[in-house]
Amino acid sequence: MSQEKFEGTDLVKRGLAEMLKGGVIMDVVTADQAKIAEDAGAVAVMALERVPADIRAQGGVARMSDPDLIQDIIDSVSIPVMAKARIGHFVEAQVLEALEVDYIDESEVLSPADYVNHIDKWKFNVPFVCGATNLGEALRRITEGAAMIRSKGEAGTGDVSEAMKHIRTINSEIAALSSKSEDELYVAAKELQAPYPLVKEVAQSGKLPVVMFVAGGIATPADAALMMQLGADGVFVGSGIFKSGDPAKRAAAIVRATTYYNDPKVIAETSRGLGEAMVGINVGDLPAPHRLAERGW
Amino acid sequence: MIGVLALQGDVREHISLLESLGANAFGVKTLEDLEAASGLVIPGGESTTISKLAVNFGLIDAIRNFVATKPVLGTCAGLILLSKGAIGALSDQQLFGGLDVTVERNAYGGQTHSFEAEVEFATGSERVAFIRAPKVVDIGSAEVVATLEGEPVAVRSGRVMGASFHPEITGATTLHKLFLESI
Repeated sequence: MSQEKFEGTDLVKRGLAEMLKGGVIMDVVTADQAKIAEDAGAVAVMALERVPADIRAQGGVARMSDPDLIQDIIDSVSIPVMAKARIGHFVEAQVLEALEVDYIDESEVLSPADYVNHIDKWKFNVPFVCGATNLGEALRRITEGAAMIRSKGEAGTGDVSEAMKHIRTINSEIAALSSKSEDELYVAAKELQAPYPLVKEVAQSGKLPVVMFVAGGIATPADAALMMQLGADGVFVGSGIFKSGDPAKRAAAIVRATTYYNDPKVIAETSRGLGEAMVGINVGDLPAPHRLAERGW
Repeated sequence: MIGVLALQGDVREHISLLESLGANAFGVKTLEDLEAASGLVIPGGESTTISKLAVNFGLIDAIRNFVATKPVLGTCAGLILLSKGAIGALSDQQLFGGLDVTVERNAYGGQTHSFEAEVEFATGSERVAFIRAPKVVDIGSAEVVATLEGEPVAVRSGRVMGASFHPEITGATTLHKLFLESI
């Protein structure tokens, strides 16, 4: 008896992100770091050549990582592996799909390849995660086929204030939509610059139709728990772990605080003796051209 | 009260599915939570991660004890964790046991090969999702609960049940109904 299988459906792409909920996704640049992340209880790793803090420090054009590095990391861990493509660079995305990464992050952390269009993500079987700073941006990415949203924050800073701003903005815009009457949603869709059916869906359900993680500036267990208490489905930690004094310990502590985000005693205990946190940069000190969150639209 | 192990994974979907069937369900994160549960669901998630967290957070012995004595249902990652052996898992992977089966992780392929399909229960077929799904490669003494293309995709050993797929993602109710009947 043969039963038909439907691959790459919306539901299975969004479904993988559902499986990551409550977890921490960590940026790693080597197979060894990937193993440290896996041991600490990371739910997935993001394979990169440079963490955002180094991209920021070294400047230049940031591109997709070397396939050898990505393959090496895929081979070294049993958890899902994500990798970044430049905004609009659909061939980098094709390469990553050919490498069979589990998720592609179309990311503002890399230098954009297209300042007008994002990747048409419906053309791929592999699911995409995309950054957003507000609800309209999140809905435009979902319209293009994103199966998971990551609020952007400001990557590579260790300053949680932008992550805070973006999740609060998205939450309050969703709440505002939910309180509107049906005939007000047409104008709301125009203002959000997002398709009406999707806007209506969010207004009715009171949430995004995909999982939303928070990223950009999370450096401590308390930062991670803060984002979870604000309603994040999980967190990305980029430079915060491997730019700190004791990555293995800090990684495990952030994972624990993400699971027990509502228990201050556990967060207190897990915050003890972690050594040096990443030094970080205050977002306010960054000149506008160096703000990554403003890439993408 | 039905507990859903809430270390990581699609806990919310299981809780809403159980509640839609009239059960009381809550997330289990501590030893006290586990004590309060009369049955336990191990949700979909990352099996490697859930296993590490169960060890790191000091819950693994209590979970194994629960599995040995009370009704438990596992989906996807949950099936892997309830198996007696998992091919393709880390060599030091800690399992909960309970099902006399061996599984192979990601046996249907990586995420690009994840799919939806109709699976056959004794009572009829239902559409479910297979996401980086494990396959039962040795069924041991377990009985078959559901099949896909003639192969077992849901199995049972006594009061412990496991499935390769996610009924909670498509809202398929048969497996959870069978589980609730066993409590």
